[in-house]
Amino acid sequence: MLNYVLSRLLTFVPTFVGVTLISFAFIRVLPGDPIIVMAGERGLTEERYAELSEQFGFDRPIIAQFWEYFTGVLQGDLGTSFVTKRPVWDEFFSLFPATLELSICAMIFALALGLPAGVIAAVNRGKFFDRALMSTALIGYSMPIFWWALLLIIVFSGNLQWTPVSGRIDLIYYFPNPTGFMIIDSITSGQSGAFTSAVRHLILPTIVLGTIPLAVIARQTRSAMLEVLGEDYIRTARAKGMSPGRVNGIHALRNALIPVITVIGLSVGTLLAGAILTESIFSWPGIGKWMVDSIFRRDYPVVQGGLLLIAVMVMIVNLTVDMLYGVINPKIRKR
Amino acid sequence: MADATAATEYPTQRPNRVREFWFYFRENRGAVFGFWIFVIFAFLALFGPWIAPHDATTQFRDATLQPPFWQEGGNLTYLLGTDPLGRDMLSRLIIGARFSFFVGIVVVSIAATGGILVGLIAGFAPKWVDSIIMRIMDIILAFPSLLLALVLVAILGPSLTNAMIAIAIVLQPHYVRLTRASVLSERQKDYVTSARVAGAGIGRLMFVTVLPNCLAPIIVQAALSFSTAILDAAALGFLGMGAQPPTPEWGTMLAEAREFILRAWWVVTFPGLAILITVLAINLMGDGLRDALDPKLKRS
Repeated sequence: MLNYVLSRLLTFVPTFVGVTLISFAFIRVLPGDPIIVMAGERGLTEERYAELSEQFGFDRPIIAQFWEYFTGVLQGDLGTSFVTKRPVWDEFFSLFPATLELSICAMIFALALGLPAGVIAAVNRGKFFDRALMSTALIGYSMPIFWWALLLIIVFSGNLQWTPVSGRIDLIYYFPNPTGFMIIDSITSGQSGAFTSAVRHLILPTIVLGTIPLAVIARQTRSAMLEVLGEDYIRTARAKGMSPGRVNGIHALRNALIPVITVIGLSVGTLLAGAILTESIFSWPGIGKWMVDSIFRRDYPVVQGGLLLIAVMVMIVNLTVDMLYGVINPKIRKR
Repeated sequence: MADATAATEYPTQRPNRVREFWFYFRENRGAVFGFWIFVIFAFLALFGPWIAPHDATTQFRDATLQPPFWQEGGNLTYLLGTDPLGRDMLSRLIIGARFSFFVGIVVVSIAATGGILVGLIAGFAPKWVDSIIMRIMDIILAFPSLLLALVLVAILGPSLTNAMIAIAIVLQPHYVRLTRASVLSERQKDYVTSARVAGAGIGRLMFVTVLPNCLAPIIVQAALSFSTAILDAAALGFLGMGAQPPTPEWGTMLAEAREFILRAWWVVTFPGLAILITVLAINLMGDGLRDALDPKLKRS
């Protein structure tokens, strides 16, 4: 097991260096001089240009620049935003809880509906329920989520007026945000109605962001269940006279969960990509919206640092999933 | 090399294989349904300008935001209504099909060609070359695809062409991994050894001996990435980083329609529905392809 963990950790290092290199390279190949962009319409004198160029290190050899950036990254220094003048690291981690809260809710939504749907479909294989559930799942899987979001807004915010369209909470509520999770902080703030408001704001983005993972989990659970249900030990369990609920729910589902866990882990990238669209549509103040805004504002240090942090996060999750997979399924470790 | 790749096309074209493929493909009713929708989509993409009732960019200024014909205030001149600038929705949707079709074809061609080549090299090259290639693919896969495409388009400048290049780069690692994995398992087999013993060069081994036997999963992946490409291009268009107005690309149409969502449901509903139906049809077809091409899954 130790060897397995070590070998997985070893492949992490070159990938990390590569990811840093790529996010570093982007700012150097982007069209337009970052200093001129930063100066804006006022323009700047040649002396000031040279001064700033020196300040940001753009006048030094590219390898020296990369080395400085890389050592900075290792110490948690990702540069400063051109627009807000705040460190990228601080900005990222002040916005990250919003994305995390939304992603967790979306994942819970996807699991709560996807696992039962997959099991029901597998148990009723070929029958009406199976067909109906899997057709729905395929529609969810094919859904352009930005359009799905607009449809939900038309119906639930426009026609029915059940849910708000944007933000994390109504503006009348204001309280400190120690955990960064609006649902938790709205309860601890003690203000009446704050929690309901936070939940109402979460509903539509959660559905939108959770739709594709939901479809993927349902499909994956079904195919994993079908495979397991054909195994000998399931027949043995049935022959022993166990109730179908126990056979399907305990014996089969537990073993079917192994591939499903991988899918859940791999969904993190999908969730972050989906967060870009979802957060932009619902004005959700998280990482996705921050990245899109920074790309449009040409805020290079933010684009560079955000890209790196997101990639590292995906890598850490994938690594964790790989290790978990090794724990759950001993066959993997031997390879 | 060129005639070697051309030669690889023939074995899959043998009539008995095609018939066998169609036999399995036909069993999946959803796949056949998806196939026919896709045929209609391809037809619209190819002959759109001759079918569309109006020009896609002409603005009928006295008929802005007309509802579809079945709703009060709509008429048969504009079957699906008009957008805020008075352009005919149906014509824009029909012309939009060719952009999505084009995106799918170009992205899949670039990603598959590049991915297969790199995958073959990784499968046949010495271990250290393989390791380097796979680490590079890991790096690309570490970035969420849409985010990477978005940043790439920001670098290259927003346009449909650049969006296609970006999406192709993002999708390529999947082909590399798939090709490499199949090559590694095929390479062990006796027929490859015998070809080598018979004196086949590395080029022949790669493209004539091994590649045709690796194609099944790649074809399935091609179908799936066709739909991913359409979705991603539409998403980039929606974010303002894909096709630029007045191009009637479906994602760009949605972006333009956003501010009218509560006033004119049809300008939002139809472009999205077009994306959904197209992507759904291709995914249905992809499922059918997988069932028909992958003997291991044939009975599931």
